[in-house]
Amino acid sequence: MTAADGVATGGGDPSGSRGGAEEIHPAPTGFLRRYVFSTDHKVIGKQFLFLGLSFLAVGGLMAMLIRWQLARPGVPVPIVGNLLFGRAGGVISPAAYTALFTMHGTIMIFFAVTPILIGGFGNFLVPLMIGARDMAFPRLNLASFWTMAAATAVLTASFFVPLGPPQAGWTAYATLSTAIGAPGVGQTLWVVAIYLNGASSVMGAVNYITTVIRLRAPGMTYFRMPLTVWGFFLTSILNALFVPVLAAAMVLLFFDRVFGTQFFVAGSTVGAGGDPILYQHLFWLFGHPEVYILIIPAWGIVSDLLSFFARKPAFGYRVTVYSLIGVVILSTVVYGHHMFTTGMSPLLGESFMVLTMIISVPTSLLFLNWLGTLWRGALRMSTPMLFCLGLVFTFGVGGLTGLYLADVVADMYLHDTYFVVGHFHLIMAAALLLASFAAVYFWFPKMFGRMMHEGLGKLHFWPTFITLNVVFMGQLLIGYAGMQRRLYDPSAYDFLRPLLPLNRFISHAAYLLGASQLIFVVNFFVSLRWGPRAAKNPWGIGTLEWTVASPPPHHNFDRIPIVLRGPHELGHPAAWALGKDWLGQDEGPERASADDSTRTRTSPETPPESPS
Amino acid sequence: MSSSDAHAPNPHLAHHYETIEKQDYAVRLGMWLFLGTEVLLFAGLFLGYTVYRHFYHEAFHEASRHLDLWAGITNTVVLITSSLSVALAYNAIKQGKTKLCAGMLIFTIVCAFTFLAIKGIEYHHKFQEGALPGKWYHYAEVTAPGANLYYTVYFLATGLHAFHVIVGMSILIWILSRVLRGHFSESYYVPVELGGLYWHLVDLVWIFLFPLLYLI
Repeated sequence: MTAADGVATGGGDPSGSRGGAEEIHPAPTGFLRRYVFSTDHKVIGKQFLFLGLSFLAVGGLMAMLIRWQLARPGVPVPIVGNLLFGRAGGVISPAAYTALFTMHGTIMIFFAVTPILIGGFGNFLVPLMIGARDMAFPRLNLASFWTMAAATAVLTASFFVPLGPPQAGWTAYATLSTAIGAPGVGQTLWVVAIYLNGASSVMGAVNYITTVIRLRAPGMTYFRMPLTVWGFFLTSILNALFVPVLAAAMVLLFFDRVFGTQFFVAGSTVGAGGDPILYQHLFWLFGHPEVYILIIPAWGIVSDLLSFFARKPAFGYRVTVYSLIGVVILSTVVYGHHMFTTGMSPLLGESFMVLTMIISVPTSLLFLNWLGTLWRGALRMSTPMLFCLGLVFTFGVGGLTGLYLADVVADMYLHDTYFVVGHFHLIMAAALLLASFAAVYFWFPKMFGRMMHEGLGKLHFWPTFITLNVVFMGQLLIGYAGMQRRLYDPSAYDFLRPLLPLNRFISHAAYLLGASQLIFVVNFFVSLRWGPRAAKNPWGIGTLEWTVASPPPHHNFDRIPIVLRGPHELGHPAAWALGKDWLGQDEGPERASADDSTRTRTSPETPPESPS
Repeated sequence: MSSSDAHAPNPHLAHHYETIEKQDYAVRLGMWLFLGTEVLLFAGLFLGYTVYRHFYHEAFHEASRHLDLWAGITNTVVLITSSLSVALAYNAIKQGKTKLCAGMLIFTIVCAFTFLAIKGIEYHHKFQEGALPGKWYHYAEVTAPGANLYYTVYFLATGLHAFHVIVGMSILIWILSRVLRGHFSESYYVPVELGGLYWHLVDLVWIFLFPLLYLI
């Protein structure tokens, strides 16, 4: 809400040579085609966002129940206890507890974070930020969302089958997940849901990669792309490479469960069977790139947002990009650090240790670049900036704890303890949650055309940030003290009993964390309905999505912009003459004289169709 | 296509592309990416094959002798021939020879049916011998431990491949119907090209499957 709105930055100026917006591509008028089965990347992005946020709430409530059991083992759950665990008198049974942490992990990773960041913001932002009218394959995009929706339906169905939901952990290690360890239908449905989820991800990945390579506006070179786009681009490459591996593992597991094959059944028990460790190899071959698949978009978003709110160019833009590429390459060769305790050869273990340690070089460069961006910047402490700064802090702590786990010797002790849980949650839960909130607060005006409430946003940030750190750093402490993960009742063991007060304290912080999300929910829905109308460019940013109306029209750009400079031209001396401190990516004298005949559709009389 | 054509309305141009060239590049790239993920999917199966062959070397060697080698060879010849004909179909439509293209596509589809028929006879034979894995397995001719895993990998890999044959065949039939309806010409033939690419993938996978399962 600065001076930004007054300055037209591309797209707006009238020119008689072509028709208005409607002739480019009329928006569908029917309700179903417009809001449900839409091929518009902006609508699909919002669908993914709502789906992800709903499952974030479900997964979060499950975490609350897990914390209740750890704080007060065997005590009936208040309020919802009789409703959820009526048969056990409101107490969480061991089976229910196992199902809870299994579904919490599954939902958060595959059905909350993936749809929010990659499906939601990836879809909404990539075409807008590179100056395209839509994704390369709009109908594939539609299929991607509905495959994901089918996956959520199958996963939800697993709650209502005999023998209950899956209980093999989110990693579904064989033989816990084969018919021997999990005879119920629930685990089979889990396998199908994960397969569908992966299919959706691959469809999205093919679409994002093609879009970024082929649909960039004229002048939008790779090194003029916003770092957010780089994040989604690189993440899609990892998705396309490694999700098929997970799909293969799921197919084999499905055959083992349904047709009685023996891919993952221990050989000695059945006579010449397969190998359960093979499942772990397949799972982590996908699973380790997966954590980078999730975090790289967050890194891209934060790298951009720190620059936007420090009002200066991102420090070391190229180094940041090369670091991201380095992480992508290295992430493919480190998965063995999940399997140090499976009896792998010491030589192999050592190799994986060294490779894993090397990955801290590009991540440190990234981190230093963030600090360089902040250094002597004119920081604007808006809500998105607060969440980004929070991420910088939690990612620093979480990243450092990763070094302990990468070390074979330390990992022998820390493996399968709450230290792993704490580390994982600091990076995946805390950092991703903070990045997702930053993205929601930042792009909400563009998505929905209304501003979110700034005061409520700040009120949301502080308890979230503090309690996140208390909860997950508490888990680090508890794990270091020796408490294993996935224990139903730690107080049953003498050596863990003294940890009960600390566990209880963590749980209270977790309840506070859960409760403070209500502020976000209220802010989100109230702003959606009654928030003040957002201007075209409320933050004063030069990237292309802020050159179109909020929310953008169906075809995004009246004319495809010509890009003249990078995304972070903030604090630019040339802009001072215009009475502002930033320059748009397509802003400049060249724009007016450029020949636009090659970049606009000039056939208003023929309504275009899309057969391809 | 010449540069003046770029301004003429093209019914094949989707709304979010400025030119048909850009759209063609994009759909080709998308197809190649998709084929890349397909290769990765089969690569997982080949990896599983390698691991279990290492574990149960004897059984794999012996069991592969019990496949019908001549059926495999015939199918290999049939598929490679069909790959040639689909390439010729693409070449024909590029020059605007619609009838030649249709003929080549029909020949390819006949090859696909032949492949499936031979594969079906092979499968039927193996079913009767009790080589179908999982709970139906009661094969007695190979007794070395791990033979059941060989047949599991065999049925999974060839079954997935046969599924791809069916999909590829359906795509080619659809493309043939569009060729016959005159949808393609020397100025627009991308779907023929993409369908052909997919068919080449089907062929390529079989070229790896055949020696691994039948010969060694």
